[in-house]
Amino acid sequence: MTHHLDGNVLAGALSEVFTTDMTAARGRCGGCGHMAAIAEAMVYTDAPGLVARCAGCDQVLATVVDTGDRVILSLAGLSAVELRR
Amino acid sequence: MSFVTRGFSGRRREPDTRLPPGQTLVQDWPVLSAGPTPHVDTADWELTVQDETGTDHRWSWDELLALGVEDVTVDIHCVTHWSRLDMGWRGVSLDKIFEDVESEHEYVMAHSYGGYTTNVPLEDLLDGKAWIATEADGAPLDPEHGGPARLLVPHLYFWKSAKWVRGLTMMPDNDPGFWEQYGYHLYGDPWKEERYW
Ligand SMILES: [Zn+2]
Repeated sequence: MTHHLDGNVLAGALSEVFTTDMTAARGRCGGCGHMAAIAEAMVYTDAPGLVARCAGCDQVLATVVDTGDRVILSLAGLSAVELRR
Repeated sequence: MSFVTRGFSGRRREPDTRLPPGQTLVQDWPVLSAGPTPHVDTADWELTVQDETGTDHRWSWDELLALGVEDVTVDIHCVTHWSRLDMGWRGVSLDKIFEDVESEHEYVMAHSYGGYTTNVPLEDLLDGKAWIATEADGAPLDPEHGGPARLLVPHLYFWKSAKWVRGLTMMPDNDPGFWEQYGYHLYGDPWKEERYW
């Protein structure tokens, strides 16, 4: 059974890249335009990296690959990200 | 060659020499998935090979099997550090698929039901090195393991063996697929530990 967790599992990886709590940030899906908190994404963790997908349309919003000495982050599936000051 | 030396070297230590660097032997078969599992009925399944003329070569499930299914025993190496040795598969050699395909292009993008992609040089799919696999461990492939059919390219890291394969598109350049865009190596030779960019 392939299962997914919610976007809160991205907190650790994203905290290495961003100074604010990214799971509380909202993002717009580049596929369907759905706007939601990162925490609401569906995150597949049984994979070679973390894969966050839109809860509305399954499009890949973000990926995190941990190489050991590097973190490779893609936000290519998000058309915009909103960060609260 | 003394008797003592022969005695020691005769001890079977195969698993060590057959494990690429950084890999651990497993007996089970971990399920890795970057998204929801597609469920595709063999009645609806189709494989398409697209060349640069735009010509689609198509095989239904029955047409695929009619090309000839062979037994394959290979070692597989997942980039997440597990390996399985002597794994039994059944599938159709990609040599049979490419027999009728004319193309000048040297690279292939594999496309899957569900949207996954991975890039492989054409030469790595030919000469008995790759299959469209339909069975593993003596049973039809479960959807979780990529059934009804997945690519099997055992000499590269296992993410290249795309689950739920539905198409192969010829490419002039070695464009990156899904994981190759997001940090994983463009080629992925486990013996050279080509894991990441
Ligand atoms: Zn969406």
